[in-house]
Amino acid sequence: MWSIIQIELYKIYKRPRTYIAFGAIAALIWVIQMGLKIDGEAYAAFLMKDINNTLVVDGKVLNGYLICYILLQLLLVHVPLLVALIAADMLSGEANLGTLRLLFTTPYSRTQWVLAKFIAASIYTILLLIWLAALALFLSMFIFGTDDLFLMKSNYVVLIESQDVFWRYVGAFVFASFSLLTVTALGFLMSSLANNSIGPIVATISAIVFFTILSTLNIPLFNVIKPYLFTTHMNNWKEFFDIQVTDNNEAITGSILNIQKIKTSLIVLSVHIILFVGASVIIMKKKDVLS
Amino acid sequence: MPVIQVQSICKNFGSLEAVKDLSFEVKEGEIFGFLGQNGSGKSTTIRMLLSLIHPSSGHIEIFGQDITAHRNQIAKKMGAIIERPDLYPYLTAKEHLQLFAKLSQKKISASQIEHTLQQVGLSNRASDKAQTFSLGMKQRLGIAIALVHQPELVILDEPTNGLDPQGIADIRHLIKDLAKEEGKTVLVSSHLLTEIEQMAHQILIIHQGKKIAMGPTATLLDPTKSLMKLSTSNDAAARENLAGSEFAAYLLEREEGIYITLPTEQIAALHQYIVNAQIPILSLESKRSLEDYFLQITSQSN
Repeated sequence: MWSIIQIELYKIYKRPRTYIAFGAIAALIWVIQMGLKIDGEAYAAFLMKDINNTLVVDGKVLNGYLICYILLQLLLVHVPLLVALIAADMLSGEANLGTLRLLFTTPYSRTQWVLAKFIAASIYTILLLIWLAALALFLSMFIFGTDDLFLMKSNYVVLIESQDVFWRYVGAFVFASFSLLTVTALGFLMSSLANNSIGPIVATISAIVFFTILSTLNIPLFNVIKPYLFTTHMNNWKEFFDIQVTDNNEAITGSILNIQKIKTSLIVLSVHIILFVGASVIIMKKKDVLS
Repeated sequence: MPVIQVQSICKNFGSLEAVKDLSFEVKEGEIFGFLGQNGSGKSTTIRMLLSLIHPSSGHIEIFGQDITAHRNQIAKKMGAIIERPDLYPYLTAKEHLQLFAKLSQKKISASQIEHTLQQVGLSNRASDKAQTFSLGMKQRLGIAIALVHQPELVILDEPTNGLDPQGIADIRHLIKDLAKEEGKTVLVSSHLLTEIEQMAHQILIIHQGKKIAMGPTATLLDPTKSLMKLSTSNDAAARENLAGSEFAAYLLEREEGIYITLPTEQIAALHQYIVNAQIPILSLESKRSLEDYFLQITSQSN
């Protein structure tokens, strides 16, 4: 099994398309970081204009931690689309090339191939996330320095002490890996249904957009199904940045306001991953390879 | 024990019957020619042998093992090229062979990979990416992939597609050497009668998914012999009689009609034998040309 995972990783590494996502993330982060470096103070002043009369904020608001939060808010919506480019191509791309039949005549079962391909796509996804973390967090920390994280939520503000921030990002990135692996599994399922690359890529992106809209709309009919949609849970990495407070409204260091929400989201996402991959295995086992 | 044993396989795609009740055997060390026009069901049958598609009914055994239950063990001893050479455009010829050598679960040395590239005439293009190859070169690389792990059984579906005359001759020699020098069993399909005729020991002719003739090439297609079609008032009795006679070896396996390929000087003896058996002969026709033979039996099958 390990040797076919290695081979799948080797093919991903050799394919020029692989590097588009890494390049796109680097370019986006670089543009945002440069923009905020040059004109960040004005941006921070704009953010703070409503609370400047009631709060006096000392220190460096626009620090590496805040920049990373801004970047994650922007990018974790778009990274799934980049992940879909590779995941939705894993089976259908081979079917399109005709190489799937070569693979399926080797001494490995279809189940082994499907799982190896999913694991390889997952490793690619994780590497993409690590790349995102390295640029969004570490590079931002290097360029902008670190300080307390000051976040403005819809009707309250959160202030997390500098030494209490880093582990939250680790947690947020681990959570984001589950979100992106769900997208990988969805792309993979779409890929098992087609014999060309474009269809599954478009279908995966469309499904994400469709379910994201359903998750966002506040209509009673949709509210019933919302808890079961993976898109409802994908953005819950933000829960790592909501902190518990004492009765005196003092932040409790190292706490998370709603840890149960994170746990529930991880369970829902994991169930989706298992269902999508399981369905892919069943489909590919039964499929006649005609391409 | 036959290397391949196919028993009454059928494959339906919706209402289309792509392969109908096909049975045949391939013996060890022989080159088995699988002949049929485009769309006759050759590739569908080969895909079933490779477990790429599942038969609607019937049973396939390779190396004496059921293909469904023991696919992985069987695959270690098989190499195949299916219809057209599909490759990874971003990998070189050598990288392709390294990749498939690793997938074979056998220890394949670098020199074996070099040897395989040499066998198919690609050693001077080993470091070039497949996207720069012509169709003929891709075909050669596809054959190299099928051979790199030294399989006992090689299945080649239309291996000379896209090759120039020299390339076709090279591949023909290669296939003959595989059987003769290395003792491999080769199943090779083609729609070109002349190609199959020049290398196969046994030939199976398939048309519209149905077997229409099978036999040794020497018997089935030898131009020095005459192909005769016998019509009698009782074909079943005549066939049974011939099957137990000295003419049994010349009798072709056919669904309809009695076809016999025999030395010309024995035609009179055949006629006499049927007369002696008191089966009234309606006609005894000679069918001579090989191409005509193929066209004739496929058109009759229509």
